[in-house]
Amino acid sequence: MITKRIIPCLDVRDGRVVKGINFEGLKDVSSPVELAKYYSANGADELVFYDITASSDGRKIFTEILTETAKNVFIPMTVGGGINTIDDFDRVLNCGADKVSVNSGAIRNPDLIGEAAKLYGDQCVVLSVDIKRVDGVFRVFAKGGREDTGLEAIEWIKRCVGNGAGEVVVNSIDTDGVKGGFDIEMLDKVCNAVSVPVIASGGAGKISDFITLFNTLPKVDAGLAASIFHFGEVKISDLKNEMKKNNIPTRM
Amino acid sequence: MIAIIDYGVGNLFSLKSSFSHIGADIVVTSDKKVIDNAEKIILPGVGAFSDAAQKLRDMELEKFLKEQAEKGKYIMGICLGMQLLFDKSFEYGEHKGLSLIEGEIRPISDVIPKEYKIPHMGWNPLVFENGKHPLFKYINEGDCVYFVHSYYGANCSKSVIATAEYGEKLTAAVARENVLGCQFHPEKSGEVGMNILKAFCELKEGTLC
Repeated sequence: MITKRIIPCLDVRDGRVVKGINFEGLKDVSSPVELAKYYSANGADELVFYDITASSDGRKIFTEILTETAKNVFIPMTVGGGINTIDDFDRVLNCGADKVSVNSGAIRNPDLIGEAAKLYGDQCVVLSVDIKRVDGVFRVFAKGGREDTGLEAIEWIKRCVGNGAGEVVVNSIDTDGVKGGFDIEMLDKVCNAVSVPVIASGGAGKISDFITLFNTLPKVDAGLAASIFHFGEVKISDLKNEMKKNNIPTRM
Repeated sequence: MIAIIDYGVGNLFSLKSSFSHIGADIVVTSDKKVIDNAEKIILPGVGAFSDAAQKLRDMELEKFLKEQAEKGKYIMGICLGMQLLFDKSFEYGEHKGLSLIEGEIRPISDVIPKEYKIPHMGWNPLVFENGKHPLFKYINEGDCVYFVHSYYGANCSKSVIATAEYGEKLTAAVARENVLGCQFHPEKSGEVGMNILKAFCELKEGTLC
């Protein structure tokens, strides 16, 4: 039986890990390479690196960090942030990334997913979507959650999966940073719309939020979080012990 | 020394890093002289079977690798590299493999229940078959390894040394004397994966079951 994945997410700017509350007020946390090693040794099933650098210098540092991480950490690594072209895919895959996550890049260029899937396979292309309720409708937001694209989220996800996205990260802006639990309603809708793996993101505050997620929605494949892991509020080893106790398939 | 075959299929960065991490002496090459001098061979691969098989042929490595294996040299295929060791594959048509492992490559969708997602992607526990192979010397049954695949090794029961349960028993690893293959990615399977690579490095003639 395939196990449910626990994925810490590292937002990296200028070579350091940061994490914002509702995408604003970024706080410095730690060294990405050290944090990645720590998570891998303590049971993380996969790592996500998001490049939130604006400058080209920062991008170069990010690429160096990826390379250094891939030399030391031997679990799957997904890389996102600033992925707009096939060259961006090449750049991060050459540093040892296994999967590449696209968000705003796919909104700007809807052909990007299809082209990348053809070159690297569906399993390599991850669609990341920031979703927020607007007048009761799930809407796709771009630019780190700042801009309403007007796109209806479920339709957008279906379209991207149809084009070749092999996995979907659903980040609920409504629950992100609130630490009140994952957005079960939103995730349920997405799981019922697509047949590729779905990763839940946004809202985890404690161990029981992950247990509720996997028990309520057995179709969800993974839970992703950042600050609760970075600040040690939830230890991955404790979380996994609790998952096992609850008969959730877990890699120990 | 272990030669990782570089035939233009996929990225070898992680594979190379993982062997370096366990202290193995490795070279990434397509040079037949270097491969001939190496003690063991790793055949990597991601992507489509037919493209990879064609590239091996174009680089005149198909017959050469077969000869190397027939001489008794240890060769281990990883992911698509494992699939290439089989007689043939039914991925988009019918394509010939190296015929070092009896069996064929078929779509997972033929055998698993409909509600299971494809590709089979993620961490899945290993079930040992036909005893515990020396490749698994440092790991235990039930340890998880990382899979990403949509096709699997079929009709190879004589060579299967591990399976993974995914609605159906899927071939996870095969071995026939000095020829080995892993469907999963040891280089992405954390400590368990490193321990499999370590055991591979230590394999010597006479240690096989």
